[in-house]
Amino acid sequence: MTASIAIALEVNGEEVRANVLPRLNLADFLRENLQLTGTHIGCEHGVCGACTVRINGEIVRACLLLAVQASGQSVQTIEGLSDSGEIADLQMAFRERNALQCGYCTPAMLMTAQDLLKREPQPSREQIREHLSGNYCRCTGYQAIVDAVEATARARREAAR
Amino acid sequence: MHGEKAKLLSGGQSLLPAMNLRLMSPDIVIDIGNLAGLRYISVEDGALRIGALTRHVELLESSEIGRLAPLLAEAIRHVAHPAIRNRGTIGGSLAHADPAAELPACMIALDATITVRSRGGERRIAAADFFQGIFTTGLAADELLVSVELPIVRGPSAYFFHEFSRRRGDYALAGVAAHATRDGQVFSQLLMAFFGVADKPILAKAATGLINVTVTPARISDATEAFGDELSPPDDPQASADLRRHLAKVLFRRCVEALAGHGDS
Repeated sequence: MTASIAIALEVNGEEVRANVLPRLNLADFLRENLQLTGTHIGCEHGVCGACTVRINGEIVRACLLLAVQASGQSVQTIEGLSDSGEIADLQMAFRERNALQCGYCTPAMLMTAQDLLKREPQPSREQIREHLSGNYCRCTGYQAIVDAVEATARARREAAR
Repeated sequence: MHGEKAKLLSGGQSLLPAMNLRLMSPDIVIDIGNLAGLRYISVEDGALRIGALTRHVELLESSEIGRLAPLLAEAIRHVAHPAIRNRGTIGGSLAHADPAAELPACMIALDATITVRSRGGERRIAAADFFQGIFTTGLAADELLVSVELPIVRGPSAYFFHEFSRRRGDYALAGVAAHATRDGQVFSQLLMAFFGVADKPILAKAATGLINVTVTPARISDATEAFGDELSPPDDPQASADLRRHLAKVLFRRCVEALAGHGDS
């Protein structure tokens, strides 16, 4: 029997301590141990992007990180981004533009789109497509998602004037 | 110490997918991700040195890489996606040695030297000798890849990078990373490394016929045909061998035309 390892990390601003098996991945830890089920698991090999979370402000695949590797780090999930209001406008734009149907990809799509908008306030549609290229959506055909991100960028620029 | 039973975990962007899919289940996983001393980009003694744990995003954003190894900066944009590039490391990519990966080919095109270390000391291995086959390198079980060294080229040089993939960020069906130095109007060196077309990244032998001669359309055509004959690409559900050979020849021609400064690419 493999011994569990003590970890301590920050999740959405709260300190979390746990004992985990060394090969438990971060996505499973967030979902199973912390009941933060907004982080979705799709392909489990880094292709679909559904498990995207932030570590120390950078987006990563939670399925390709072990929980023990996140010890000492700051993790933000879609629950954190949503509750803080950081992406309220982006979420509303997704709703208004029908940029989601089944919703499986949506939390990670929002996470990745917000990552782009923080870096590039005026992204072209091509840049949006490129940044979201690692996030699969099997419902919308992407056009509405690109529309929603573009509309949010425009609205934020106007609000900043 | 653990030999073949152990696997080293750096960024985890290749090892963890393999473990999640149960393609690999090493007895022991050793996390080297916090070896901060292996995470650097430096310029010294006419060479650019990159620590093995330097992440793709750091290569992409580095002004030294952009200035001294623009081929590498260009290639990184084609490696997977932002969330992967935030974790993946150059040493991990090279030690993994996926034959369709961009960075191993860049190392060959840039004439890199790879340094590996064990308890017994260090070895320096030319990139062209390091990659030996599918997921197979010159690393021994007790060795750790610690850095790569890229010579800084003085004088006129040019680079070219292109790949064909089904979707952005996918592994390439065929790709080329190339670096040329010029002496007047002719190439004094032309290293064209192809990936996705063999069990490891390969240098086009046909490129040697374009060195120290005037590059004419006829010579380009001859070299392209000769290059096609060198290849025996893999046949798999992603692409047939014939398609891969065709794409590689298209890349060869475009690459030489671009580097020679004629053609429309």
